[in-house]
Amino acid sequence: METLAEWFPNLSLGFATAVTPINLLYCFLGVFVGTLIGVLPGIGPLAAIAMLLPITFNLPPVGALIMLAGIYYGAQYGGSTTAILVKLPGESASVVTCIDGYEMAKQGRAGPALAVAALGSFFAGTVGTILIATAGPPIAEMALKFGAPEYFSLMVMGLIASAVLAHGSLLKALAMIVLGLLFGIVGTDVNSGMSRFAFGVSGLTDGISFVVIAMGLFGFAEIVNNLEAGGTKRDLLFQKIKNIWPTKEDFKRSWAPAMRGTAIGAFFGTLPGAGPTIAAFSTYALEKKVAKDPSRFGKGAIEGVAGPESANNAAAQCAFIPTLTLGIPGSGTMALMLGALTIQGIAPGPQVMTQRPELFWGLIASMWIGNGMLVLLNLPLIGLWVKLLTVPYRMLFPAIMCFMAIGVFSVNNQALDIYMTLMFGFLGYIFVKLKCEPAPLILAFVLGPLMEENLRRALLISRGDPTVFITRPISAGFLIATALFLVVMLAPAIRKKRDQMTEDPVGA
Amino acid sequence: MQLKIKSQEDFWAGLMFIGFGLLAVIVARDYPMGGAMRMGPGYFPTYLGVIMIVMGAIISFRSTIVQGEKIRAFGWRGLFFLSLAFATYGFLIDTLDVGFILSIGAVVLLSTLASREFHWVESLWLTAVLILGTTAVFIWGLEMPYPLFWWR
Repeated sequence: METLAEWFPNLSLGFATAVTPINLLYCFLGVFVGTLIGVLPGIGPLAAIAMLLPITFNLPPVGALIMLAGIYYGAQYGGSTTAILVKLPGESASVVTCIDGYEMAKQGRAGPALAVAALGSFFAGTVGTILIATAGPPIAEMALKFGAPEYFSLMVMGLIASAVLAHGSLLKALAMIVLGLLFGIVGTDVNSGMSRFAFGVSGLTDGISFVVIAMGLFGFAEIVNNLEAGGTKRDLLFQKIKNIWPTKEDFKRSWAPAMRGTAIGAFFGTLPGAGPTIAAFSTYALEKKVAKDPSRFGKGAIEGVAGPESANNAAAQCAFIPTLTLGIPGSGTMALMLGALTIQGIAPGPQVMTQRPELFWGLIASMWIGNGMLVLLNLPLIGLWVKLLTVPYRMLFPAIMCFMAIGVFSVNNQALDIYMTLMFGFLGYIFVKLKCEPAPLILAFVLGPLMEENLRRALLISRGDPTVFITRPISAGFLIATALFLVVMLAPAIRKKRDQMTEDPVGA
Repeated sequence: MQLKIKSQEDFWAGLMFIGFGLLAVIVARDYPMGGAMRMGPGYFPTYLGVIMIVMGAIISFRSTIVQGEKIRAFGWRGLFFLSLAFATYGFLIDTLDVGFILSIGAVVLLSTLASREFHWVESLWLTAVLILGTTAVFIWGLEMPYPLFWWR
């Protein structure tokens, strides 16, 4: 009961913060831009947020965070719209939605598919919001007791999880993590003041900017790769969408998958290193398994839309749990959010919730409001988004290039950042060619300095004894969980399943 | 015995990781190592480098056993023009300091050349529209502190 009493003042503080006209505007701008990005192919949420991050430097902290979060979950919504209408996932978490969503559109049921996706997402978003509000404070309280060994082991768990869940070779993903950690420690060592791996370049003493590495690997490399694939033909299935409202039968089929999707999404979202994409894939696999008639999947089963769409949204929301309560980002996108906080002069970590309650609760309340806005933005305005799809890629990518150029340069106003982005673009393109997944790298890049610092502290306390990581119970728990991940994933049967799941089912 | 590379992708990926690992270890030799109890600045990178060399070696070695794919050809046109666009932008806006409008014009125009469907009339239009749009949003709207032209 005590928690309940605590909750309401907190949430009401949150809503009071979120519904001020200016914050509502930031929220709206965020979800609007997010939807735009989700709809437009070739630019994912990570690159988009990296691009727009410098713009938020001048905003107040709450506004900046509300807007960035809006972009993030707005992109999940937008991605599903294109997945359903043109079989082009706007971003990777919507890939599975293509399968049955597009089939439904082909059968003239695009309306119900879109509606179920939006309502499922809204439901998942609501549950996600409640979950953050409930689980956040106790986790943060627990985290206050974490010492260096716990943090180190937790980060190891997150990184290994991101490698295990990335697609392609596990070994290559692990190597990418190590590479990311190395990139992360470029710059001045906080402990000794020594400049490392700067190669005499003065601009590198502050380290490699996150914006640079994200735009290079996810922006530049992506465009080169898309151009090579040639003009994608888009089969626009847009007759007039009539009958947006799903039938009773649709609702009956959708509610259970939406609930299961939400649960799975919440799990993968909270787990550092996992995320919306894997949540959507797992849910699809589960729905196919529990369905009475699995043969309907792939032929326009509404469960195949409701489940994954709820899952990716729940995961997107719950990803804020480790980020805000522990100060440990679970993905590259979340790392950007933390970056935004740091730039605003707020040290991320469990203390944010108590020291800046208006920030934490305001963000949570705004997420719920933003989810509501998205339903309104997506269903009645669907025609507008579809129009956007008719813009050919050859006109889109120069615009993305120009926004990237502005974004990168505005971080430090130095040309070096532009050239560095170019270098990482090249490297990212090589990664694409060698089938090395860059997502684990970017997470490791952010965690690199944190990990080194916590390793150093842990070993200092234990007087150089590495067993400290397994003799402290919480730390040992994280490491055991990590070992379990690895063992489970190396089991041949599950490995095969994972490869099937993470492989692109639509061949996009 | 003759080693045959069955997976080009893995073979080169392994070599790449070995290369990065070696670089890390060699550069980190200049930094004090310290010990486990008092880690010096060289401690973490050296171990990471060693781990990466080992991983790279395993990946490369596996490429002679496990069947994989050939590396697809590079898209040189895109790579060339997009790089040119970016490099020119950096040079124009910072080194030469010719102002926002010319720099944006250059990055857009050079980028459009990267597409195989390039058409110059369309490119000029797009450049004009994007210059106007970005100036409105970033300079007038968000008040970013860049001069529009070199005469300010």
